[in-house]
Amino acid sequence: MSDTPATRLGRDAILAVLDTVMDPEVPVLSVRELGIVRDVSVDADGVATVVVTPTYSGCPAIRVIEEDITSALHGAGVVDVRIETVYSPAWTSDWIPDSARAKLKAYGIAPPSPAAATDLVQLLRAPRTPQCPYCDSHDTEVRSEFGSTACKSICWCRSCGQPFEEFKGI
Amino acid sequence: MTSPSVVPAPPQPPHDELELLLRLGDDRLVLGHRLSEWCGHAPILEEDIALANVALDLLGQATLFLRRAGEVEGKGRDEDALAYFREAVEFRNCLLVEQPNGDFAFTIARQFLFDVYAVVTLDALSRSSTPELAALAAKSLKEAKYHVRHSGEWMLKLGDGTDESHRRVQRALDELWRFTPELFVADGVASRLAVQGVAPDLPALRAQWSTLVRDVVDRATLTLPHESAHSPHLRGGRNGMHSEHLGHLLAEMQIVARSHPGAKW
Repeated sequence: MSDTPATRLGRDAILAVLDTVMDPEVPVLSVRELGIVRDVSVDADGVATVVVTPTYSGCPAIRVIEEDITSALHGAGVVDVRIETVYSPAWTSDWIPDSARAKLKAYGIAPPSPAAATDLVQLLRAPRTPQCPYCDSHDTEVRSEFGSTACKSICWCRSCGQPFEEFKGI
Repeated sequence: MTSPSVVPAPPQPPHDELELLLRLGDDRLVLGHRLSEWCGHAPILEEDIALANVALDLLGQATLFLRRAGEVEGKGRDEDALAYFREAVEFRNCLLVEQPNGDFAFTIARQFLFDVYAVVTLDALSRSSTPELAALAAKSLKEAKYHVRHSGEWMLKLGDGTDESHRRVQRALDELWRFTPELFVADGVASRLAVQGVAPDLPALRAQWSTLVRDVVDRATLTLPHESAHSPHLRGGRNGMHSEHLGHLLAEMQIVARSHPGAKW
């Protein structure tokens, strides 16, 4: 290790660093905006603990996200970074704030509909018409609830003829 | 480090929570592997993506349940050790999930029967007296809810579709029905856990499962197989007595990990 003393970043400074760590699969949103980072704490020895929760149980990006968080904090001078994973409360797309939803739309992904009302077991899909992120039309259809990543559905806009993705509301 | 002990370990009582976690994890590991066999072979591109997505979710859930199983067991086995270095007789999945894919209708019928089972059991498990189990169940339930929408919708399309699709999915339902009683068998493990509030009372969940299954089967213009179609012999997966299909599946799933133990990639 070098002789230079480690930077002692406080909680707010660490959160600011995490604002710059983007999700590898949706690179317009930070890991904080997605609600993956649940908490941050710094102990008396300067050890930073970042509490994270996975979006989907099989999301292959979670390991990359953990590595990106660790290397961003190392880059900011935090020597000892610990990642703690929690599963409760289960991640929900409702945690994505409005400001981040606007970024998703500008990126061409329809933002998630509210996850509420999922207490009911729906055996069949109710027809939904998410707003097209390109032309704002609601004359759309969800072609499949499964898309290029676990968090997205495949949709089609009848108005502008453009296929688009929707962030799933779960 | 502790020094080696010459005192033999006391006999271990049956570890019910470990058994439950293996059942939950193995159901998902085996079914996830079966679905992954469709990758590149599904009838349309969207469905290829959908089946691979469901497989990924199930594999993720299996990882969570098996990791927890390893922690509860306390012998230093992680989820990979449990997935790749156990023999077929040590697997605790139900027989339904290890059945080969068959045609697309067979895969969908198998998936639908399991998805409804997953939703009702995970919902009940999310209220478990064991917080770690409740957390993993609540997380998995979110995914199971859109899985059942997918397979339920296909049951409708195939059942109320062409004569050919109707015939095939009815045949699949008739063939698979005899594997469903096993899902709700209250053996010693399940009964003790239910009494403790750790796991749901499985026989009580069966009525809920039947109602949900019947609702879709009726709307799909299909016929629910008669109760007498149940064979009492088609169970045993929870105790490690599997059909020959599981061994073949595990051979393919485990060969890389066993050929190169400890390999990282």
